[in-house]
Amino acid sequence: MLGNRLLCVLDRDGNLAGPLPEFARDPAELLRLYRTLVLTRTFDTKAIALQRTGRLGTYASSLGQEAVSVGAAAAMAKSDVLVPSFREHGAQIWRGVTLKELFLYWGGDERGNDFAGPREDFPNCVPVASHAPHAVGVALAFRLRGEQRAAVCVFGDGATSKGDVAEALNMAGVWKVPAVFVVNNNAWAISVPREKQTAAATLAQKAVAAGIPGEQVDGNDVIAVRAATERALARARQGLGPALIEALTYRLCDHTTSDDASRYRNDAEVSGHWPAEPVARLRKFLMNAGHWSKDMEEALLHECSSSVEGAAEAYLATPAQPISAIFDYIYAEIPAELAEQREAATVQAQGDA
Amino acid sequence: MTELSLVQAVNAALKHAMNEDVRVLVLGEDVGIDGGVFRATEGLFRIFGEQRVLDTPLAEASIAGVSIGLAAQGFRPVAEIQFTGFAYACIDQILNHASRLRARTRGRLTCPMVLRSPAGGGIKAVEHHSESPEAMFAHIPGVKVVMPSSAARAYGLLLSAIRDPDPVVFLEPARLYRAAREDVPDDGAGIPLGHCLTLRAGRDVTIVGWGAMVKEALEAADQLAAENVEAEVIDVATLKPLDSATILASVERTGRLVVVHEAPMTCGYGAEIAARVASRAMTSLLAPIERVTGYDTMMPYARMEAHYMPQVGAIMTAARRVMAFT
Ligand SMILES: Cc1ncc(C[n+]2csc(CCOP(=O)(O)OP(=O)(O)O)c2C)c(N)n1
Repeated sequence: MLGNRLLCVLDRDGNLAGPLPEFARDPAELLRLYRTLVLTRTFDTKAIALQRTGRLGTYASSLGQEAVSVGAAAAMAKSDVLVPSFREHGAQIWRGVTLKELFLYWGGDERGNDFAGPREDFPNCVPVASHAPHAVGVALAFRLRGEQRAAVCVFGDGATSKGDVAEALNMAGVWKVPAVFVVNNNAWAISVPREKQTAAATLAQKAVAAGIPGEQVDGNDVIAVRAATERALARARQGLGPALIEALTYRLCDHTTSDDASRYRNDAEVSGHWPAEPVARLRKFLMNAGHWSKDMEEALLHECSSSVEGAAEAYLATPAQPISAIFDYIYAEIPAELAEQREAATVQAQGDA
Repeated sequence: MTELSLVQAVNAALKHAMNEDVRVLVLGEDVGIDGGVFRATEGLFRIFGEQRVLDTPLAEASIAGVSIGLAAQGFRPVAEIQFTGFAYACIDQILNHASRLRARTRGRLTCPMVLRSPAGGGIKAVEHHSESPEAMFAHIPGVKVVMPSSAARAYGLLLSAIRDPDPVVFLEPARLYRAAREDVPDDGAGIPLGHCLTLRAGRDVTIVGWGAMVKEALEAADQLAAENVEAEVIDVATLKPLDSATILASVERTGRLVVVHEAPMTCGYGAEIAARVASRAMTSLLAPIERVTGYDTMMPYARMEAHYMPQVGAIMTAARRVMAFT
């Protein structure tokens, strides 16, 4: 578990670089992973298109990083709780958050956080790293109730510089709570490269100071990410405590739709990473193993695009909430003064209309 | 008769809440074996064990953050921050997460947690141990802010805070912890949040305060009575949500308002109360509103703190000024 070697099952050409873990011997499971990777990328493309045409807010793409998200989520049990940052669309899709909900969220509608699916999963966390302690609290709750559940928290390489992550890893280690922390190391925190983020040789080694296991995996290898996360989760469920996984991937896109990555990194660097990207890698493996064909690929692309288009239409057709909605969930019971503000806002909105 | 000090009342409320609801947990630095540096959690560890009374590593942001995770999972964490100077590290968690978990998930996840901390000066502590951050927390939508002013009110308000479905910041005036004792029946009766308490009726001037300042306000009112000035004293008790109705009704009767708090004046909570009265009871006012507050300075070190904290005399001077206004 605490190996220093980078865990990798598929090399960048989709050839086996190590033994296939149990789940990966079932072609149906591999196809499920592949389908979610493709769906995530299709969603991503559509989200950017909507943003560019003024129909979605600022959006954080996960292009090139889909395997970290999908791999980590695929290792989780349904009853586990995901505590994500803002780039884990793949994990959310795997866990049952609907595409429409994701569009709503990025379209600036809180209802996108009211997941019909994973009811106990946390919403996206925008203040970097501040969700790490929440995962400790969730995992502590599981331990205190004697439940065989775990929390999985995903954050970026930049997040590891914040005290919140150090505090959370430390506390999780002391209490041996069933939490797995996955660093989605996409090499950049906006314009700051990984080498300027920390002088530590790896991010996995941040686990050492917390007294918990840490390992690096190839984050573009969905099989490796899932295998590492499964192992960490199994350990956590046995009461052996938390673990940190550093998944090495690369952000093939701008930081968000408001960013222009060409200001701080050159095209050669980016194109150098394309051959290692996760979707083609798994596809090559599936093709070589005879589980996949050109026709199946076409059918899948068609299916994903119609799901995404359907969700986008449903999102665009969703009317905004009345102004009163912003007051409705501030407290369980609305205080008198806030009720007055709600009344005034409603009157004002009617006047504006 | 059960005569308790304020800190003992806090302890009794915690014990009562933990007995009545297994979801209630206590966590913080030194809250276990040691019973907290002020002994607010004394004995809880022995009764409820390490599953429910958790000594945390020294990490304030995470004490708040972990509580959010626990609360989202249905526990009712009561987190202790050892001194308010260190509660600022929690503001990110309270402001960005605890306060808005319900709203941003449309009620799917909620955050019924309490963040307790001793607050205010007067105990000659070292620096960073005597601040009054109530306005900072009260500025945050979605949290409730409570500051008790006596043992009985600490007991009842804390029980309500723990039972509340939303996050509550509960600031305990450290200098009242052992200053007095009063009868506090351990009957589990909560004092509802969101209500001001009129502690003394009077027709001439309304004096509003909270926490430790209530004691000064009452003393000032006693002394003013000798000068034939009848002061009405209101303990705000819950700063957020504010019960303006009680304050407005009082000012409508007296026509005069003095607000007292220990925190600095600028953007202090007194400004909020003054603004509400000015906009809603303007025609009742017979004099400008007076604020008696700490200065816009650091809370000074122990030797000077008495000069910083509003004294009875300053409250009387302000009351005389509004009485003399014509
Ligand atoms: C506490 C905080 N500081 C700054 C920001 C602005 N910001 C948003 S994302 C980001 C970089 C995050 O990098 P990383 O953790 O590596 O995640 P990535 O975006 O690369 O997935 C910054 C600085 C923020 N959201 N939160």
